[in-house]
This record gives sequence, C-alpha cells and structure tokens, in this order.
Amino acid sequence: MSEQLGVMPAQTVGPYLHIGLRWPDGPYVVPEGTPGAFWISGRIVDGTGTPVVDAMVESWQADPEGWFDHPDDPRGARPSALAGFRGFGRSETDGQGWYRLLTVKPGALPEPDGGTEAPHLTLSVFGRGLLHRLVTRLYFPDESTANAADPVLRSVDADRRGTLLASPAVDGFRFDIHLQGDHETVFFAL
Amino acid sequence: MTTQDTQASSALVLPRYRRDDVDAHPPLLSPGYKSTVARAPRHPLVYLPQRLTEVTGPLLGEGRLGALDHDLTRQHDGEPQGQRIIVHGRVRDGDGRPVPHTLVEIWQANAAGRYRDARDTWPAPLDPHFEGVGRALTDDQGRYRFITVQPGAYPWRNHDNAWRPAHIHFSLFGRAFTQRLVTQMYFPGDPLFFQDPIFNAVRDPKARERMIARYDHTSTAPEWALAYEFDIVLRGRESTPFEDEDDDE
Repeated sequence: MSEQLGVMPAQTVGPYLHIGLRWPDGPYVVPEGTPGAFWISGRIVDGTGTPVVDAMVESWQADPEGWFDHPDDPRGARPSALAGFRGFGRSETDGQGWYRLLTVKPGALPEPDGGTEAPHLTLSVFGRGLLHRLVTRLYFPDESTANAADPVLRSVDADRRGTLLASPAVDGFRFDIHLQGDHETVFFAL
Repeated sequence: MTTQDTQASSALVLPRYRRDDVDAHPPLLSPGYKSTVARAPRHPLVYLPQRLTEVTGPLLGEGRLGALDHDLTRQHDGEPQGQRIIVHGRVRDGDGRPVPHTLVEIWQANAAGRYRDARDTWPAPLDPHFEGVGRALTDDQGRYRFITVQPGAYPWRNHDNAWRPAHIHFSLFGRAFTQRLVTQMYFPGDPLFFQDPIFNAVRDPKARERMIARYDHTSTAPEWALAYEFDIVLRGRESTPFEDEDDDE
C-alpha cells in the first residue's frame, strides 16, 4: 500500500482511569466456577517501594489448548472449548496496589521457527505516571521444563528472568510488578 | 483447507507489526511530568519478537455496549451543563486500512474540569447529569462518533500553577495486542499547551499535532452542537508474502 501514516502517540491514562476503564467483569478471563480456574494476584510497586494505587493490568492469553479465537492465528480462529473463555482480563489496582485476575493456564504455543513457547500471559500495565503502557509476560513456576526452552525467557538476562515467573499462592499464583528498583520487572518493546 | 491455510500451519506465518519510530511516543522517563520519575523503568526495554500472543488480541463485540454509551449527554434524566460537541473520526492502521468493529472507550472531566471520582477534590462543581464515560464500536470503515460536552481544564499540582489543557482520554484495542493504545485528544488552539508536560512529553512536533482534534464545521449539528474530528492511526503491518501476491493481481 501507499504512504505510511504517522501513528497516534500514547498518553498516560492519568489518575482517573477507573472512570473510563472499569468493567464489572474485567478480572474474569474465565467465569467464576470454571473448572481449574485460579486467581493471579499481585502488587504493583514503584521505585520507592510504594504501592501504585492508580494503575491497571490487562492480560491476554491462549486457551488451555494453546489456541486463539482470532483470524490472525494462522492455524485458523477457533473458539475455545472452555465455556465463557474470553482470553482477556482487566483489573485496576486497589488502595494497596493489588490487582487480581481469574483465569486458567494457557497451553504451550508453536513458534514460527518450529520451537515451542511455554504457557504464558502477556500483560499491559497502565497508570498515572506511565506515558505509555508497559508490556511484560507472566510464566508459571510449575513449568520448569517448558520455561527452560522458552525463546522469550531465554532472551532475557538470567539474573532478571525470575521477575517474569509467578510464585505459587493459596488460591493460584502471585505476580508482583516492580516498575523500578532492585527487582525491576523485565518490560518488553514490541 | 486451502493451500494457503496448509502452508500457514506448517510454516506458521504470522503478521508482523512495524515498530514505531523512536519519537512516535513519549519517553517513559519525562521528568517534567513528576510522576514518571519513580514509575518509569530504568532498565532498557527488552526487544520482543512478535509471536502468536502479540499478533492476536481481544476482539470485543457489541455485547459490551449499551444503547446510549456513545452519547454522554443522554445518560441521565437531565442534560449536563456545557457546550455540546460531537467527536468523531476514523480508526486506521499505519497503512490507511480501516480498523473496523473495534472498541473505543473514552472518559473525561465535566464542563467545569472536574472528574466524577472521589480522588478528584478540587473546588469545581460536579454535574449530577454527567458521568464522563463513553464507549463505541467502530463501523465497517473504522468510523466512530460520540456526543459529549466540552471538558474544562483543571489544576493538578505537578508544577507551580499547573493546569491540564482540556482533553478527552481515548482507549483503543485495534486488532492485535500490538495495536493497543491509550491516548488523549486535545482541542485546537488551547492556550495551556505550553506548560503541559504530558502533551509536550511527545517530542516530535508533528506527532504532538496528531493528538489535537480538528474543528469540523461540516459535521456540526445546526443550532445544537459543535463538532471535532479526531482520526486515530494505530500501528501498521509489514506486508506478508500473501498480501504481496494479492497486490500483484
């Protein structure tokens, strides 16, 4: 096609993001009561260790079989066999900086070069003071073999890789997001 | 299955979204906007080749929309205070392709510059008839249209006598996770631009201009509402071998 158009610049969601972006069903990637569903929860903290109370996390993931109901999945769009599976979650942080998402573990994904990606969620973080979203990924601690072969994890410095791993929690997994500081989470350029 | 499908599944050919120019978006660390200082990551971002998760994304449909979600002046029993405006435009990708059936979410302050939020406590009046929230889906051609009132400017303590220029927040999904975008729409000729570190965090003046809506007299509703046009361009895709074949036909 012809001339390329300049993209719209990003701007912060600002402190009042919940006015526009709150969905009552936001945190539910799958409906409550879905077999195998668990909570992913975590805290967002800034460089001073202060919880970030005006932020939002969005998640996107494959279904448990590793498929997307999307026309650009070259294997063909396929609605999930799991009833009510949305693949997408949205959670603003609460007064202590916590977000929560109810989901199921995605399947592993084929890679263009024949390899395999370990089960993961991709996350966007929006907030006051973030002029553009931050992108990160969440991997599961009980997938060590798949994680060891994952091309994205392998592309990250070994000493920072751990920031992309959730840890087990009573009702699922915990995944804190450190915007800055000694444990700064790995963020990606897409 | 067609031949193309078979090829695609064996080779797993994915669309690729072009990377944005360095100056297209504001730098995360923009110290003039004080909140960025403790929140912008200090490590460089790690390059992530786009894979299945990134080139797909939520395609959220009409189930999310109420009949009056696009009209912020009719969501209550009475009409909100302020100048009625129509805000409309097209959502396209960087190659000019319309982005159809994509969810557009907006939120804004009322005519006095106050948000309906417990955390917004400056002494400007709330409006019982204004929520400040809208949603719409783009049509087949990527067009959207909202009816709202002109938002006011408001003070925000970032620096001495700091005021945000009037703006409407826009959130867009696009077709893929790569295209997700949150931005702000500004109004032409706003005298507050010079001192706003959020607007000016976008360093390229041409990119900044894209965030300013165009006054659109032809789209006004006579004796009822003024109009602004705000076109939004999301990331474009690299052409794929299949598209090139199509182009040759």
